[in-house]
Amino acid sequence: MIKQLYQDWIKGIWRNNPVFVQLLGMCPTLAVTTSLINGIAMGCATCFVLVASSLMVSVIRRLIPGEVRIAGFTIIIATFVTVAELFLAANFPLLSKTLGPYVPLIIVNCIILGRAEAFASKHSPIRALADSFGMGVGFTLSLVLLGSIRELFATGGIIGTRILPASFENWVVMIMPAGAFLTLGFLIGLFNMIESKLKSHKVTMSQGHMTQVKNS
Amino acid sequence: MTHIILIFIAAAVTNNFVLAYFLGVCPFLGVSKRIESAFGMGLATTFVMCVAAILTWLIYHFLLIPFNLLFLRNVTFILVIASAVQVVEMFLKKFNPVLYRALGIYLPLITTNCAILGLALFMVMRQYNFFESVAFAVGGGVGFTFALTVMAGIREELEMADVPASLKGAGITLITAGLLALIFMGFAGIIAT
Repeated sequence: MIKQLYQDWIKGIWRNNPVFVQLLGMCPTLAVTTSLINGIAMGCATCFVLVASSLMVSVIRRLIPGEVRIAGFTIIIATFVTVAELFLAANFPLLSKTLGPYVPLIIVNCIILGRAEAFASKHSPIRALADSFGMGVGFTLSLVLLGSIRELFATGGIIGTRILPASFENWVVMIMPAGAFLTLGFLIGLFNMIESKLKSHKVTMSQGHMTQVKNS
Repeated sequence: MTHIILIFIAAAVTNNFVLAYFLGVCPFLGVSKRIESAFGMGLATTFVMCVAAILTWLIYHFLLIPFNLLFLRNVTFILVIASAVQVVEMFLKKFNPVLYRALGIYLPLITTNCAILGLALFMVMRQYNFFESVAFAVGGGVGFTFALTVMAGIREELEMADVPASLKGAGITLITAGLLALIFMGFAGIIAT
């Protein structure tokens, strides 16, 4: 049981990472990652909506008729997004202003509807919780990575602390839309490279194991 | 009048929905493999955008504001958009089955296309009047179709290109989109804002 939950949780972080593998939720991923703080805020807001709506969908999964399930899920998601939006506006007005329309746009983040449809509507609440939390963490980590890389190259530091040497000419393009596309493109390339290295490593490992077995 | 034309041009070119606001990136990456389906998708989205903009504007100004129901904004908008997509889907199925089949799964996905909801939200946040909103919707749709078709043209050529193995697929597509966004930045000077 615990192992099953762990499996549900961990797959969202690397093997089924929503951003790098499934290419879902591109709109907020690219739009708000101009800085680390924005990335974290967006990641947490999305994570909250994802977990809350997955849980809700899973709890009432037997009550929703099949024909109207997508509409039902969407309304659940929209409700939680409104909660998150009002919470941000009340407690972090500055942040809520920078993120602007991208907070209500969480409604159309395909990750959330995707998890509701593909996982939460078919599994028990506790497994839906593990799955959506994993996906949320995976999404937040991707946003943090993207946000810190863009902020680092655009301003030469992260959250006001200069990291790169003073002689470094800031790449202004990194906070522009073009920088978002380019950074994510190269990151996905890197992700694929690591993944294929890991795979070939595993294959040679298991082959080595097989020959060992044969020899013995 | 010039004001409305400027809103149109800004939404279509200088502040392109896809390449400057990242609205509708999912179909931009998903449906941009063939020029014909990209163009069809663009037209369908443009149509839904216009319908959704008109409906959401009317509902926002004649229902939500008078009855002080602004907290229902997100829920109402997404419902209006979902219904508009449903209507377009039934319409296409009846009158243009070829395009209907070509679009396939991507047609219902217009509902979760951020460009539509984004359009409605931007329109409300910038307090556009009715005609400005329509111009904004048409401009946004044209810009989306434009970006999608250009991307599809490039990707048809990319299939023949020698791309490093790990960048194949999504990686090279995003890098191409980045270069396109750089090109669109060049349009920024046409309108003095």
